[in-house]
Amino acid sequence: MELRKSYFADVRKDDLHEIGQPRPRLDSPGHVTGKTAFFADHNFPGMLHLKMVRSPHHHARIRSIDTSEAEKHPGVVRILTARDVPHNVYTILILIQIGPEDETVLADGKVRWRGEAVVAVLAETERAAQEAAAKVKVDYEVLPAVFDMEEALKPGAPLVNEYHGQNYYLYDSGECRKVRFGDVEAGFAQADHILEQSYQSSPIEHAPTETTGCVVAPEGNDRFTCYTNTQAMFFTLDNTSIILQMPGSKLHFVGGTVGGGFGGKVDVIVEPIAILAAKLTGRPVSFVYSREEEMQISSPRAAEKVVIKDGVMKDGRIAARKVTGYTDAGAYSRHSPYGAQKGAGHYPGPYTIPNVWIDTYCVYTNRTPSSAMRGFGVTIGDFALEVQMDKLARLIGMDPLEFRFINAYRDGDMKAHRQPTEGAALIECMQEASRAANWPVAEKYMAMSSYEKEA
Amino acid sequence: MALALQTYATVEDAETALKAAGTRYLGGGTLVVRAANEGDVGVCTLVRSTDPALTGIDISGGKVRIGAAVTMAAVARHPDLAPLARPARAVGGPAIRNMATVGGNLFAPSPYGDFAVALLALGASVEAGGTTMPIEAFLTGRDDSHAIVTSVSFDLAALAGFRFLKVSRVKPKGVSVLSIAAVLGHASDGTVSSARIALGCMADRPMRASVAEKALVGARLTADGIAPALAAVCVGIDPATDPIASAWYRAEVLPVHLGRLLLG
Amino acid sequence: MAKVPIQFTLNGSEKAEFVESGATLLNALRDKVGDTSPKGGCHQGTCGACSVIIDGELRLSCLTLAETCSGAAIITTAGLAEGGVLHPLQRAFLDAFASQCGFCTPGMIMAAKALLDHTPDPSREDVVEALSGNICRCTGYEPIIQAVLTAARSNSQNVA
Repeated sequence: MELRKSYFADVRKDDLHEIGQPRPRLDSPGHVTGKTAFFADHNFPGMLHLKMVRSPHHHARIRSIDTSEAEKHPGVVRILTARDVPHNVYTILILIQIGPEDETVLADGKVRWRGEAVVAVLAETERAAQEAAAKVKVDYEVLPAVFDMEEALKPGAPLVNEYHGQNYYLYDSGECRKVRFGDVEAGFAQADHILEQSYQSSPIEHAPTETTGCVVAPEGNDRFTCYTNTQAMFFTLDNTSIILQMPGSKLHFVGGTVGGGFGGKVDVIVEPIAILAAKLTGRPVSFVYSREEEMQISSPRAAEKVVIKDGVMKDGRIAARKVTGYTDAGAYSRHSPYGAQKGAGHYPGPYTIPNVWIDTYCVYTNRTPSSAMRGFGVTIGDFALEVQMDKLARLIGMDPLEFRFINAYRDGDMKAHRQPTEGAALIECMQEASRAANWPVAEKYMAMSSYEKEA
Repeated sequence: MALALQTYATVEDAETALKAAGTRYLGGGTLVVRAANEGDVGVCTLVRSTDPALTGIDISGGKVRIGAAVTMAAVARHPDLAPLARPARAVGGPAIRNMATVGGNLFAPSPYGDFAVALLALGASVEAGGTTMPIEAFLTGRDDSHAIVTSVSFDLAALAGFRFLKVSRVKPKGVSVLSIAAVLGHASDGTVSSARIALGCMADRPMRASVAEKALVGARLTADGIAPALAAVCVGIDPATDPIASAWYRAEVLPVHLGRLLLG
Repeated sequence: MAKVPIQFTLNGSEKAEFVESGATLLNALRDKVGDTSPKGGCHQGTCGACSVIIDGELRLSCLTLAETCSGAAIITTAGLAEGGVLHPLQRAFLDAFASQCGFCTPGMIMAAKALLDHTPDPSREDVVEALSGNICRCTGYEPIIQAVLTAARSNSQNVA
C-alpha cells in the first residue's frame, strides 16, 4: 500500500503513525483456529427450535388460524400467534421518533407480503418444528396486491399498509422529502441543453454466509441472555424491550460477532419472538433462518427509481438539477423512510449546482420489506447520478472526467442543503484517479485544489 | 418423525426397503440430505446400500461401466475417461464432487444434472432394478422409479467424438445457465456422419436436440454448415425461469453456445 | 427417537457418541462432540462453511450423515494448530487478512488443506478451483488466494 502524502501536505501535519501500517486484526486468531464463537455456537441442553409459518400470499386477509393439529404433533412444546405478543405492532425507528408503528411481529388479521411471519412453532427438534409448521392451517382471503411503486402511488391502488393510510410515508414535509435551492425552472430556461433520464434498480440481497438468527437462554431470574448476530445491538435491545413490554435490564444481549452483515442484520426480527418463546416456555430457544429464509425473508436493499432532469451549459457547468427519487419500502417501513431521506440529503451529488429541486418518496408495496444495505439511500442514487454525468458530458462533447472537475464541489461552496462545503477533497481524489487510471485531463484541472480557488 | 437412515448390504434389500412410504435412496447426499435439511418433511427414511455392485469403473470389450456410487471426483481423475473430466468437474465444487454420484446425477432436476447431459449424449444405458434401458427411457420415467440405479454403461468409442460445454455466471463453479454435450461422428470427407446432442436446463431434465442433430448430419463444421442446426436447436425446448436465468435468456443464448461448442 | 452409536477419530482423538440415525455430521460435531469450527451457512451444499476432511477427502458435513462416518478419520480446522503453534495455512490467513467476518474461514482452510495435501505446489488456478465450493462474502477472495499460495510456499521452504 502506498500512502500518497503530497496531497494536502501544506494543511496537514504529517503525524500518521497507524495509517499506512499493517496491524493484525484482534479477531483473526479466533477466526483461523475456528475458536471465534458465533451466536449459533452457543448450545444449551433442552434447547427448543423455532420455525415460522409464513404467508404464501402477497396480500391477504387472515380469516382464521387453526393450530390444533400442530399442537398435537409429537415434540411440539408451544405455538405462538399474534395474541401472545405483548406489543405486537411496532416499528424499529420509533426509537428516534419515526412512526407510526406499522409492522406486526406475528401477523394479525392481515398479511402484506409473501413470507410474512404468521405463527411461530416451538419444538424439541428442528424436524418436529418443521413437521408441525406444515400442520398449521391458515385460512386466507387473497387481496389484490401491488408490486410497482408508480402503480402504488396511483389513485385506487390497493392500500398496502393501513397504519399509514396511503402508499407512501408521510414526512413532516408532506408526501416526500424536499430540497429547494435557487430557482430550478429559471436554471433550465437558461441552459443550453436539457437531459431527463430515469434509472431504476431491483432489490439486492446481502446474502451473508451466516444466516440471521439468535439463541436465547433464560437465566432463571426473569432475565434472558440473547446470543445474536444483530448488527444493531442496543437498537435491538431497546425495540425488544418495547415489543415484549419488558425492562431493558431483563435483557442481556451478547453479540458483536457477525458472520457477514452488510446492513442485512440491522432489523429487529428474530430476537423479540425468540425471547418471548423462551419466556413462555422457560426453555432455551434457537431461531435461525434457513438459507431460503435469508434470501427471501430478510430485508433486501430497496428497489429504487431515480428520475434526473439536468440543465447543462455548453461550457460544462450544470445550471439546474431536478431529482425525483422513489424508494420501495415493501410492505413496512423498517429503515426505508430514513433511506429515502438519505437520498434527499445526498442529491444532487458532490457537485456545486446553483439551482436544485429534490423530491424523494418512500413508497409501500406488497413486496418483501426492504431496509439497510451498505450506503442505502445513496448507492443507487450515485449510480444514477454518475451515469447521468457521463451522458451529460457526451451531450456537450466534453471529457467526462474534465466535466466532473468543472462541477466538483469545493471548500466554501454552498450546497443545496445550505451547508457550506468543508474538507471536500473531491478534486484531489479525481486527480489521483486520473493518474491511477491513466486517464489524462488538461493541466488546469491537475492544478486545481479543493481548498484554494485559482484566481 | 426424526429422519432415519437404513443401511443394507445388498441392492435387493435396499430396494425392498424403498417400497415403504417416505423413503428416499441416499447416494452422495447432495440431493436428498439437502431436501431434508431444507424442511422437506416428506423425506422420513433414507435408505442406502453398501453393495459392491454400485462401485467401480470397469472398461472392457469397448464398453465403459460406471457404478452408480462412483463420485464425480473419481470420474474426473480416471485416466481412461479424460473427455468426461469436463462434465464431471462441472458438478459443484471439490467437496461436492467427492460426494455427488453418477447415479444421483441422473435424478438431479434442472438446473442441476450436467453429468447426466453428458451421459445422454454418449447414448448411455442405465441399469436399474435388474434391467438395462436406454438413458432416454430412464430419464422419462425417473420420477416414478423405485428401482435403484446400479450402473451406467456406454461405448468407449463414443468418447472420441465427445464435446461438452457448461455456461454459468459464476466461475469456476456455478449453477448452469445451460449445458450442452455432443458426440459427433465424421465421414471421410469431413462432414458430420452422426450426431447426438444433449441439452441441460432446456427442460426439467436433460433432453436431446433431435431436430438439430438431423440438421447437422451431412454438414461441415463451419459457420455456414452448422447454421441450420443452430436454427433448429430450440425446437421443443421448454427452459425454466429460475434465479440463474430466465427461460427467454436460456433460449436466446442456446444457439450461440451450441455454435461455440461445434466450432471450438 | 432411535439413536445409533458412532465412533470416529476427530483430529486424531477417538470420539464415540450416540446420535439420531438421520443426524448430519455437522450437527453431530457441533452439538454432540462440541467442535463448532464447521459452520452451517446454507445446509444445502452451496457455501462450503461446513467443509471437513474425511479420510483425506474434502466433504460437506451438512450433507453427510454422521452414521456413514463410523470408523472414519475426520479433520477440522479446530485441530490444525499443534501445541499452540498455528498451521502454516492459519498463519498465512492471519497475515494476509484473508478472514474478515471469519464465518467462512474454517471451511476455507479445510478446502485449502485438502488442496495442499495432494498438490503441495499449486498454481493460482489450482487454488481458485480448490476454493470454488466455498463462498466468502467479505474479502472478494483475493487475500484468501494469496494466503493459500503463501502457505504453499512456506511449506515447501520448510521441506527444503
